[in-house]
Amino acid sequence: MVTSLPAQVRRPPKAAKPPKSSPARRTGPLGLVGLLALPMTWLVGVYIFSLVMLLVTAFWTTDPFTSKVKPGFTFRNFEQIFQNSAYLSTSLRTLGIALLVTALSILFAVPLGIFMAKIAAPWLRAVLAVAVTLPLWAGYLVKILAMRVTFTEGGFFNWLMAPLGVSGPGFSITTVVLTLTYLWFPYMAIPVYTAIRQIPVNLFDASADMGARSWRTIRTVVLPLIRPAIIAGSIFTFSLSLGDYLAARFVGGTTQMIGSVIASNINLNPPIAAAFSVVPIVFVVVYLVGVRRTGALDRM
Amino acid sequence: MKKAHLAVPAIAASLALVLAGCSGSEGSGDPAASGGLNIDVPDVPMLEELGEGEGEVNIIAWSGFVEPAWSDTFTEETGCVVNRRVAGTSDEMVQLMRTGDYDLVSASGDASLRLIAGGDVAPINLDLIPNFGDDIVPGMKGQLYDTINGKSYGVPIGRGANILQYNSEVVTEEPTSWDVTWESDSPYAGQIIGYDAPIHIADAAVYLMAHEPDLGITNPYALDEDQLAAAVDLLKERNSIVSEYWADPVAQITSFTGGNTVVGTSWEVLRKLTEDEKFKSVLPEEGSTGWSDAWMIAAEAENPNCAYQWMDYTSAPEVNGAIAMNFGMAPANAAFCETSEEAAAHCEYYNATDEEYFEKVWFWTTPIEQCIDGRTDVTCTNFQQWTDAWLTVKS
Repeated sequence: MVTSLPAQVRRPPKAAKPPKSSPARRTGPLGLVGLLALPMTWLVGVYIFSLVMLLVTAFWTTDPFTSKVKPGFTFRNFEQIFQNSAYLSTSLRTLGIALLVTALSILFAVPLGIFMAKIAAPWLRAVLAVAVTLPLWAGYLVKILAMRVTFTEGGFFNWLMAPLGVSGPGFSITTVVLTLTYLWFPYMAIPVYTAIRQIPVNLFDASADMGARSWRTIRTVVLPLIRPAIIAGSIFTFSLSLGDYLAARFVGGTTQMIGSVIASNINLNPPIAAAFSVVPIVFVVVYLVGVRRTGALDRM
Repeated sequence: MKKAHLAVPAIAASLALVLAGCSGSEGSGDPAASGGLNIDVPDVPMLEELGEGEGEVNIIAWSGFVEPAWSDTFTEETGCVVNRRVAGTSDEMVQLMRTGDYDLVSASGDASLRLIAGGDVAPINLDLIPNFGDDIVPGMKGQLYDTINGKSYGVPIGRGANILQYNSEVVTEEPTSWDVTWESDSPYAGQIIGYDAPIHIADAAVYLMAHEPDLGITNPYALDEDQLAAAVDLLKERNSIVSEYWADPVAQITSFTGGNTVVGTSWEVLRKLTEDEKFKSVLPEEGSTGWSDAWMIAAEAENPNCAYQWMDYTSAPEVNGAIAMNFGMAPANAAFCETSEEAAAHCEYYNATDEEYFEKVWFWTTPIEQCIDGRTDVTCTNFQQWTDAWLTVKS
């Protein structure tokens, strides 16, 4: 019992990974080309190419009268993003919303994951797993409109809370954060749950034997072990929130996000929309670099 | 590609006509100023005579403008299959039109000038459209936004005003002024809805035109930098009492029916769609902005003959009326109003032939650097400036 413990501790992060280069060595150069042709065509031809085209457009100009885009080279679009304070405040607001959504998702996902993986009976675990993933089956827009109906003045939330004398947030930043958390929660909950399941039960026993109470066990045993999962989940919740504009449009009231500005400029002034789209890219890159420094990406 | 730019100053005549028709109830000084408006528009030839149909026509339209109910009959009569692409905003229409994949577009006034000046649409030979006759309501003929340098670029479809809609259970007295939606001390603060597009700045300008005469605004689409700043300041100040901005019609309707909004900008058709008598509408004393839609043909249309046949077909009283009834607007062809009792009621409801009503309506027009109110001593703000300014309103 005691002797088998160290082996099990090491197992979850490492054992599942096969040695990296083995498939290529076995198949030879031709096989490698065959293996990579499709994904590389997709990555370079479709994904990177369109991204580069977008960034190139950021240096072009727009005819002020006809709104026609003219190729050229100017930094004016970027200058405008710094000069017009609306871009800065919108960027910061969006960043705040994305961080808040990520924090809320972690806050909900960790206790739920521990309950599902370690406490719930198998049937309840299955029910919860379905409940968490089921919203992914519904259309994205449908879910936003559902939240709109829920938080409308005469809607479900106010009806439910009226006896308590509480009235809902209406259409505001709060509602945007709640809606985005609802939308992206599965992307955090599933990796966190999977990671917690992989923690051997005897680690909990050991922790308890050594006198740690549940909170200390979560803090010193569970959280460090599931950190890669939390970071993986946060990449989704953070970057998806940064790019969203429909939530702000339908439940945000007067809330303006990066996505709303890009969406409203995409027809009127594509170069400035392209220039502004660099902002969320920078946010995500900074975030990824920060995450990489912690070493979490290597263990994902 | 199209290098021959013609600067024709002869716009003054049609401009004067438009401004005389448009000048609001507030007495706008001397709008038909002799400054003249020179717009460089690419010289695009128009179709001289009608030929054989090409078998299809590709149309960009507002939702409800091209429906099987009348396009099937058209296909039977002419052999032209109608391919429809529904667009949501004027800006989207302009972009789609520039792909070159379409023959026709149902352009509103704020899209049409951009299309004309961009060389994307061709002048229209009205002789080839027999149904474009005396029955077209006078307020939709020869308008600034579709008639440039004496050439007509659009065949009118219909028009409507951006009205003030209110929930009569909360707003018990009919508002006579837009002040309930603009002033910070409005009793309905926090329950006011605005339109979500840069062109909404014109609504602020219409209000200022009446309440801040010192600014000297005579046309809400001809704002110099100070006037634009004043309008944007008003919008910024109001931002805190706004519940929502709408661009999506469904969102606007649910905002009213859900109770988040009790008063604000609307279209007649949206008020009707609430299917609730408690929602009422009014055209306040300041007047309002509005829209006027017209078919425009692509400069390099692949199917010009089918396109002309479609423009003619939809200008016939019955078809034009069917579109107007389906969308909920005033038809361009007044002859429709006499076709049945239902039609007469529709025309009455939408003020189809009431030019006095539409005199108070400033139809959407693309703001350009040349002041279209006739001023020559200043430069007006263009649509890009409006777009940039609009961003600051909500932040």
